[in-house]
Amino acid sequence: MQSPAETPLRLLGPDGRRIPNDDFDPWVSDITAERLAELYEDMVVVRRIDSEGIALQRQGQVGLWPPLRGQEAAQIGSARALRSDDFVFTSYRENAVAYCRGVGVEEMMPMWRGTAASGWDPYEFGMAPPAVIIGAQTLHATGYAMGCAKDGADSVAVAYFGDGATSQGDVSEAMVFAAAFRAPVIFLCQNNHWAISEPVSLVARRPLADRAPGFGIPSIRVDGNDVLAMMAATRWALDRARRGDGPSYIEAVTYRMGPHTTSDDPSRYADPAEHDEWLQLDPIARVERNLELNGLHSVHEVASRTADAVAADLRRACLELPDPRPLELFDHVFTEPTSRVLRQRSQYAAYLDMLGEER
Amino acid sequence: MAQKTLGAAIGLGLDGALAADDRVLLMGEDIGRLGGVFRVTDGLQKKWGADRVIDTPLAEAGILGTAVGLAYRGYRPVVEIQFDGFIYPAFDQIVAQVAKLHYRTRGAVRMPITIRVPFGGGIGAVEHHSESPEAYFAHTAGLRVVACSHPQDAYWMIRQAIACDDPVLFFEPKRRYWVTGEVDASLDAAPPLEAARVVVEGTDATIVTYGPLVATALDAALAAADEGISLEVIDLRSLSPVDFDTVEASVRKTGRLVITHEAQQFGGLGAELATSITERCFTHLLAAPARVTGHDIPYPPSRLEEHFLPDLDRVLDAVDRVLGRANSLTGWTL
Ligand SMILES: Cc1ncc(C[n+]2csc(CCOP(=O)(O)OP(=O)(O)O)c2C)c(N)n1
Repeated sequence: MQSPAETPLRLLGPDGRRIPNDDFDPWVSDITAERLAELYEDMVVVRRIDSEGIALQRQGQVGLWPPLRGQEAAQIGSARALRSDDFVFTSYRENAVAYCRGVGVEEMMPMWRGTAASGWDPYEFGMAPPAVIIGAQTLHATGYAMGCAKDGADSVAVAYFGDGATSQGDVSEAMVFAAAFRAPVIFLCQNNHWAISEPVSLVARRPLADRAPGFGIPSIRVDGNDVLAMMAATRWALDRARRGDGPSYIEAVTYRMGPHTTSDDPSRYADPAEHDEWLQLDPIARVERNLELNGLHSVHEVASRTADAVAADLRRACLELPDPRPLELFDHVFTEPTSRVLRQRSQYAAYLDMLGEER
Repeated sequence: MAQKTLGAAIGLGLDGALAADDRVLLMGEDIGRLGGVFRVTDGLQKKWGADRVIDTPLAEAGILGTAVGLAYRGYRPVVEIQFDGFIYPAFDQIVAQVAKLHYRTRGAVRMPITIRVPFGGGIGAVEHHSESPEAYFAHTAGLRVVACSHPQDAYWMIRQAIACDDPVLFFEPKRRYWVTGEVDASLDAAPPLEAARVVVEGTDATIVTYGPLVATALDAALAAADEGISLEVIDLRSLSPVDFDTVEASVRKTGRLVITHEAQQFGGLGAELATSITERCFTHLLAAPARVTGHDIPYPPSRLEEHFLPDLDRVLDAVDRVLGRANSLTGWTL
């Protein structure tokens, strides 16, 4: 299995010290201690969102939750590098990306609570609804990027996907199209080492970043637990895309610190020693150490106050989500309801009336 | 005989098939160490080894496509598709390759592939986890499509599906995985894979269904009996080919037909059953066949699924309709 020590790009060591890098330092030269503290706060907040999501699932308030613990830096570092006119296509674990895109907690929850198939307007936040079908979104991102290029816009599309997803044909096809059309798209693979119970070693004999060059797409392997390195790499890729140099591929090497979802049982397959090893590389702790080295001492208290407030909002928003009314079943099947849908709707309405049920 | 859950009965059948024929292989995502997300293959990798119970890469087209190659080579792959909604990436391999190779090669090549698919809703899942895609496959010539509904049949049917030289889509009603029943691990009493089963005999109307709704239809028969109505319940078991003879005999007796399935109505199996039975039994029918199905909408978010899935009341309402009873919503036609 890939060990964290083999990670190529790292700008912030686990001890919190900056690691100079001539190529990538310029991409984060504006990240002062104060701005790093903001990234830190983001990470603390999304970790709190995550544990609240898990708690809500345990309390039966949401059906399922996919924890992102351990992947905060990979998501925050990359997503905070984006502009609002960029567009992201994610799978289901990217609640931190959604947070960075400005998606409110009330819009984050409907899918998991089962009150709606998705929560937000993609055009409002530049973020598609989560793709549960593994890998499908990489093609969508590529097509969106092709559209940006056609329009002469310098917006960029980003596809987030997992290490498991790299086995899917869709991901290879996305890279073929992206390379063929020089699409301004970033393939952002979060290698969290697991596809449910299957380790990345099952599908990758080489680092996943090595696949892209074969398609003619430059790639970089990054310490995915280093928020600064993630931001630097993403800015490098964004710059290439905006300048018309086409797609890039980033492999964020990280680790899923929790179960796959709240229905999973990692004790059946994961090695606790490996988990402990990765605990030493925690993405939040190392930033905290760096900030302390720079004399910023109360960051934790400030960040956790914000996190508590957001978590309280999340809980309230979740509990307040109204159950959809039964007849909403028939809304939006087509842009204009067909006669068949209308007929079934009225029949079902009559049926509910007969039973004296609300509709 | 042992009490087993439906899921465990399938696991027992897989174990028996692995023992009976060393060309049988299991393939799928998370089926090894984890034992599958529903634990149907629990313990099988430990018992049979990782080269017979294979954790595959996360790629459904890859799973089915390599199963085709293994079948060419004389293996009998049993593949697990983790959830119904994830079969579509493999759709091309199934309908364009698996289904056609025997025909194309004039019988020279056999595709004894069993494709296990947990299907249907009712478990409060997120999207793509509650689909009923059986009609897509039943529409394709060259594929057998079956659905089990209780532990004993699940055991028999998985054994027969794996032994069958045709490709078989094997649909498992996921919300019934935990239902228990007696399982006889011999195959002696097993009905043929393509035979429908009259689960309850009755005289006033026939309910035809399969998979998750067999239990609902049985509940309906019980409830109807309280009102003095005698319902015959048929578990179709095989969705392609369909045992029309059994359904026809029943409808000739009862004169009334209700078909229920979770899948959307339009172009679903209900349409085929209603038409075929009407063709065969026109002069015996006392009412138009009635369908109780999912609506013609995408599977809804979980908080609405109770309004999508046919339930006892909707089935009874259709029974009232075919019986012309006053408390029905008569006049429903589509
Ligand atoms: C096409 C498809 N097949 C199977 C699944 C079931 N499934 C959901 S998540 C998952 C593992 C995904 O692993 P990875 O791509 O590494 O992403 P991660 O969950 O680690 O973020 C699987 C097998 C699915 N959602 N889609």
